[in-house]
Amino acid sequence: MASKSVIDELKKTQILELLEQGKRVDGRALDEPRELSIEINAIPKANGSAKVRLGDTEVLCGVKIQPDKPFPDMGDKGIFMCTAELLPFSHPTVETGPPRDDVIELARVVDRGIRESNMVDVSQLVIEKDKSVVGVFADIVVIDYDANLFDACSYAATAALLTSTTPTWTMVDDKITLVDGEESPLPTTTIPVSITMGKIGNYIIVDPNGDEWDSMDARITITTNSDGNICALQKGGSDGFTQEEIVQCGEISVRVGAKIREKLKEAQQGSQ
Amino acid sequence: MGGREATMVLLDENGIRCDGRKIDETRKITIKAGVLKNADGSAYIEFGDNKILVGIFGPRDVHPKHMSDTDTGILRVRYHMEPFSVTERKRPAPSRREIEISKVIKEALEPAVMLEKFPRTAVDVFIEVLQADGGTRCAALAAASVALADAGIPMRDMVAACASGKVADTIVLDVNNEEDQAGQADMPIGYMPNLEKITLLQLDGVLTPEEYKKCVDVGVNGCKLVYEIQKKALSDKYFGNGKD
Repeated sequence: MASKSVIDELKKTQILELLEQGKRVDGRALDEPRELSIEINAIPKANGSAKVRLGDTEVLCGVKIQPDKPFPDMGDKGIFMCTAELLPFSHPTVETGPPRDDVIELARVVDRGIRESNMVDVSQLVIEKDKSVVGVFADIVVIDYDANLFDACSYAATAALLTSTTPTWTMVDDKITLVDGEESPLPTTTIPVSITMGKIGNYIIVDPNGDEWDSMDARITITTNSDGNICALQKGGSDGFTQEEIVQCGEISVRVGAKIREKLKEAQQGSQ
Repeated sequence: MGGREATMVLLDENGIRCDGRKIDETRKITIKAGVLKNADGSAYIEFGDNKILVGIFGPRDVHPKHMSDTDTGILRVRYHMEPFSVTERKRPAPSRREIEISKVIKEALEPAVMLEKFPRTAVDVFIEVLQADGGTRCAALAAASVALADAGIPMRDMVAACASGKVADTIVLDVNNEEDQAGQADMPIGYMPNLEKITLLQLDGVLTPEEYKKCVDVGVNGCKLVYEIQKKALSDKYFGNGKD
């Protein structure tokens, strides 16, 4: 986020010294994410919504579901799309205007994690093949920034989708017509969970906070599904990982992801 | 992955893929260093049917000036596809996909380039995809490394690149366009063979933890094959017979 300063260098030295003793600046274990809280249905006018706090990072996702034209070669599938944006008050360095490359990456990584897990069962979202399908749009806004937007945004979108209901449409005289009062839960197949890890020196830490994020040499985001399989991954940052570290990160993402998945399930059940 | 149905046999009973390759075989790769006159360094790669040109400028003054860093040089990467490089014409303006790929390639090269030797300057890497056929980011990264070396920019290591993936329930090396569209997973990898570090890694598609481990392993081995071709490109130019 912010550019490196002398303070950042001092912080990094301190963070690294602590890590050498097996400690983190905020007292967490190396593989411990920050506290996660999920508020379902924060925007009742949306078809589904969730406000998520991960430490001091706060994001909001609203899901809109509406009829749409299918993609030309995908006439038998509905549409799923996920976007992410930083609101201008979320951090002093955020500017209005076209998104910067890091925000484009954020939106694409969050979208890819959910898409590749096949969470939203798009095969069930067809109104009339090749003509009209249902589009599911999960739009995420970042309200307050304290690093690791990847995971916060992913949890918000997943929680919002898990608790979304979709209206029903049919074709009457070649016109898309809403069937009054017929609402059903959005068909989903799995719960994807993204886990972002930072590498500082030779240490791998889960869910870096703001100071840790600015001190990272590299990062990796791995999304796993309910079967404990890996379905998407993105490495970032200006250093590399050894092959052993990559395998280790895979294991962490499965293990820590399972705990987060329980939280998402709780949130889903709590909303019913 | 693409979610499209396979219209062809991706892997036959003899373990032969749709383009005639074995599972651990890359497509035909040729790299030529020093192909542009004006650029400080350049390379051209043919990676299967991918055709990609890379030109390097720098280290040079940074414009706009506020982007410069007093402690180190900066690396700037632009990955761009020509409108005619793909089946359906691509709009010429950079897409979100191209912006993301530019960023991951930049971050894959940064660990290798000794930018701290050139404070307040920029090294610009311009990647132009003339023809695309699956796996362009790996091909572009491999060519960009050769072009940086051709520009005489000090480097800690070469960055080699190759993708692995899952096709017809099998982990294979170097996923082509058809396999990417109809396959089950695609994992592009960038790797510094001497420092043994992975600097680019992405994945889409579902893998079990075991397949994941194997996929990284197969991809890293592919990178080592590509590394040999990168070295050959440089030795052909600088120690080759007569030319240049």
